[in-house]
Amino acid sequence: MSERVPAPMDADVDLHVPAVRTQLRQSPWPVLASISAGGVCGAWSRYGLGLLWPHPAGGFPWATFVINVSGCLLIGVLMVIVSEVLPGRRLLRPFVGVGVLGGYTTFSTYVVDAHKAVAAGVPQLGLLYLAVTVVGALLAVWAGTVTMSGLVRWRSARVGER
Amino acid sequence: MTWLLVAVGAAVGAPLRYLTDRLIQSRHDSVFPWGTLTVNVAGSLLLGVVTGLPTDSAVAALVGTGFCGALTTYSTFSYETLRLLQDGALFYAMVNVVASLVAGFGAAALGLVVAQAFG
Repeated sequence: MSERVPAPMDADVDLHVPAVRTQLRQSPWPVLASISAGGVCGAWSRYGLGLLWPHPAGGFPWATFVINVSGCLLIGVLMVIVSEVLPGRRLLRPFVGVGVLGGYTTFSTYVVDAHKAVAAGVPQLGLLYLAVTVVGALLAVWAGTVTMSGLVRWRSARVGER
Repeated sequence: MTWLLVAVGAAVGAPLRYLTDRLIQSRHDSVFPWGTLTVNVAGSLLLGVVTGLPTDSAVAALVGTGFCGALTTYSTFSYETLRLLQDGALFYAMVNVVASLVAGFGAAALGLVVAQAFG
């Protein structure tokens, strides 16, 4: 049984991980281009969902809420894949984690939408939105890691049976 | 055209988040996620300014949806908070959530006020 690598502390950059520390040393361009390309995919998904699901002034920003919570679920899944299923894929985490999911989820729109709720005369909704997103995001990232870790253990147990 | 502006903003914003996080971690060895906090607060300030200014939709798409959206992140913020909780750093985890919310919300407010004062 190989030793389990501790999951990184930061989904974007964790300089305690040797492979991340040297990530830009040889040639930074594949990594930066992957992040850029992933960021465009993520931002387009966010923009598209926002167009499909607009919210009126003073309404709950459902699109951004769903984007942020689903992005957190997916980063939980991804980080288990990166550290336990497909370790050593140099561009997987930059493209999917830093790029796609980082570009898809947003913190700036989240806080500005809370201000818009205040400006629309519904500060209670602004506070509710801030709180519900934090709780939903943390539950989602936890659910993502637990589910994916469970799948990985289940698969390795089945492989071990054979 | 709007899709292209969103893409250009995001293509710059996402790698800038990564480079900022690297720079901060290389100078400041801490388990506390200062890098993500920095980009989230800076992006919230800038989006506050863009939202408060009487700008056209092209600037909003390029700087707001594209650049600020990709510079800031919720996925990394929540993942880092979860990792702090898993490591038993309950205090740091709580400080990260409260500080990100207060600083992000405050920065956006400052941006909105500055834009309304000078816009």
